[in-house]
Amino acid sequence: MLLSLEPRGQQSRAMLWLSPLLAAALTLASGSLLFLALGHDPLETLHTLLIAPLADWYGVSELLVKALPILLCALGLALAYQARIWNIGAEGQLLLGALAGSAMALQLLDGDSRWALAWVVLAGTAAGAAWAGLTAWLRTAFNANEILTSIMLNYIALNLLLFFVHGPLKDPAGFNFPESAMFADASRLPLLGAEGRIHAGLYFALLALVAVWVLLQRSFLGFQIKVLGLDRRAAGFVGFREKRLVWLVLLLSGALAGLAGVGEVAGPIGQLVPQVSPGYGYAAITVAFLGRLNPLGILAASLLMALLYLGGENAQVAMNLPQAITQLFQGMVLFFLLACDVLILYRPRLNLRWSRRTAPQNALA
Amino acid sequence: MDIDLLSNIFYAMVRTGTPLLLVALGELICEKSGVLNLGQEGMMLFGAVIGFIVALSTGSLWLGVLLAMAAGMLLALLFAVVALGFNANQVATGLALTIFGVGLSTFVGAAWVGKPLAGFEPIALPWLSELPLLGRMLFAQDLLVYLSFALFALVAWVLLKSRIGLILQAVGENPDAASAMGLPVLRVRTLAVLFGGAMAGLAGAYLSLAYTPMWAENMTAGRGWIALALVVFASWRVLRVLLGAYLFGLASILHLVAQGVGLAIPSNLLAMLPYLATILVLLSRDALKTRLFAPVSLGQPWQPGH
Repeated sequence: MLLSLEPRGQQSRAMLWLSPLLAAALTLASGSLLFLALGHDPLETLHTLLIAPLADWYGVSELLVKALPILLCALGLALAYQARIWNIGAEGQLLLGALAGSAMALQLLDGDSRWALAWVVLAGTAAGAAWAGLTAWLRTAFNANEILTSIMLNYIALNLLLFFVHGPLKDPAGFNFPESAMFADASRLPLLGAEGRIHAGLYFALLALVAVWVLLQRSFLGFQIKVLGLDRRAAGFVGFREKRLVWLVLLLSGALAGLAGVGEVAGPIGQLVPQVSPGYGYAAITVAFLGRLNPLGILAASLLMALLYLGGENAQVAMNLPQAITQLFQGMVLFFLLACDVLILYRPRLNLRWSRRTAPQNALA
Repeated sequence: MDIDLLSNIFYAMVRTGTPLLLVALGELICEKSGVLNLGQEGMMLFGAVIGFIVALSTGSLWLGVLLAMAAGMLLALLFAVVALGFNANQVATGLALTIFGVGLSTFVGAAWVGKPLAGFEPIALPWLSELPLLGRMLFAQDLLVYLSFALFALVAWVLLKSRIGLILQAVGENPDAASAMGLPVLRVRTLAVLFGGAMAGLAGAYLSLAYTPMWAENMTAGRGWIALALVVFASWRVLRVLLGAYLFGLASILHLVAQGVGLAIPSNLLAMLPYLATILVLLSRDALKTRLFAPVSLGQPWQPGH
């Protein structure tokens, strides 16, 4: 075997943070090869994809607009993943947040109450939490695998949203388009600054970032969550209550995803539409892993992911490339990350001379 | 409900259950060897898009099917390298495979959306297909459905009667002991993962070449995930996989039944049914029972010499 793996015996701290960078570099390299194969100049394409979108302030503000929902979802997922609760349901929780927030905003169409926005945000956040609560309930009371139930709830949430936007919440004056009425200004998140679409949701995201950081890195609860993730039996022995922690991480991650959803409809969109999210909830999975489940890492990763979304749109307009390039890169970077993570625990060793004696031990399959 | 309607429902049930059956059979073999591959959805989608593109550009449906299986195996190989070779977390790797497969298939298929294709047509066997109730269901299907019957028989035979089945189970139940007996654990697991990839690719091709002969992004609509739930529901027993797949097929075509008895329910609400059914079958009050039938080493990384 040309390449063999040698256990390091302990985690390499350096590789823990180098691996995401390595994964990003490998993604760019494979992306360039792909562009070359498709007959595009790789450097020009990468420029269109990653640099051109940030050429002006409007671009930067769009980057933040896209990063907000991804960041909120990924922060929640990080909480759950730290406890080894595989919540894949951020997308559905986001959609439910958008749906409930919209239902509330449509109730408050005429009023210009100062509290309208608070009610809308609260409704969305609570709905996201409740949707994730279903997963927690199914897992703690009925032993149902949370991966599968949360995925199924994503599909159910999407159909629920489609049902409402085609039916009860459709704008009666909207020429039968599947859209709700525009929300009243009092229910919208105010814009920050004169240029661009960046809105007050930014404050929620920053608040959530700090809160999750404190919870995970500085609180006893965060410690319990991490212990649960590392060793369920150990957590049980020292008396941490598993079910309570499962409920907690799922409710919190659902609330954050719900907040992301309501932030989209009350922010840049301004009404309920069938396509609230271009897969932010799924992108957040990649972001959570890429950011090493660490809030600051996730901040960086969500900005990168938002850039990928912007770049995908840009590449479609400028170079007629499919917008799916965003999802493709998402998948690639996550795959490379998991592959590179082998370097955290193992040291690669190049065997330039074929030797049968070193082959069986830790050889690559 | 008259007998014609019932016969039609049975027919549609098998048609709709077939992609689930194919993926679930592949995943069953994979899980029997102790590997949990959550990438079924991604492999299916890639199979579907490759099968469609090949069939449309070469005019050969069977070449499409073949390359769809190869496409599924290619993604499965990526999974095997990362999860088995590099010892990565199988849950995370499977998720990555699905995300990658969704992105890759959407990217590759962007120019092929909505193009028409003459897919596999049903072939009614003479006399047999005239049988009441079950005739249409069993003997008036397209060739891929017949193939799925054969593959079910093959997998059932392998798992229940063959030496290969014993090897698979040994590796899945106790890789250390299997390795001590001289079984090549990682090679067995890799082959099981590849088989799963081929089956998922085939299921994808069934969707894009027979069930609805066209390509649309995310056209699998969660079937890969439902199949994963199906294996749990079937408690890793092959006959129950078959029954479960058709039961889910039935849940997916309940709108036909609803129309038949004159119910008007909005289509979006009916579309939720298979997903709701999936959740329902995962429920169990008894935690031990859910674990009892699962291969013991399922999802746990294993390297030789530890």
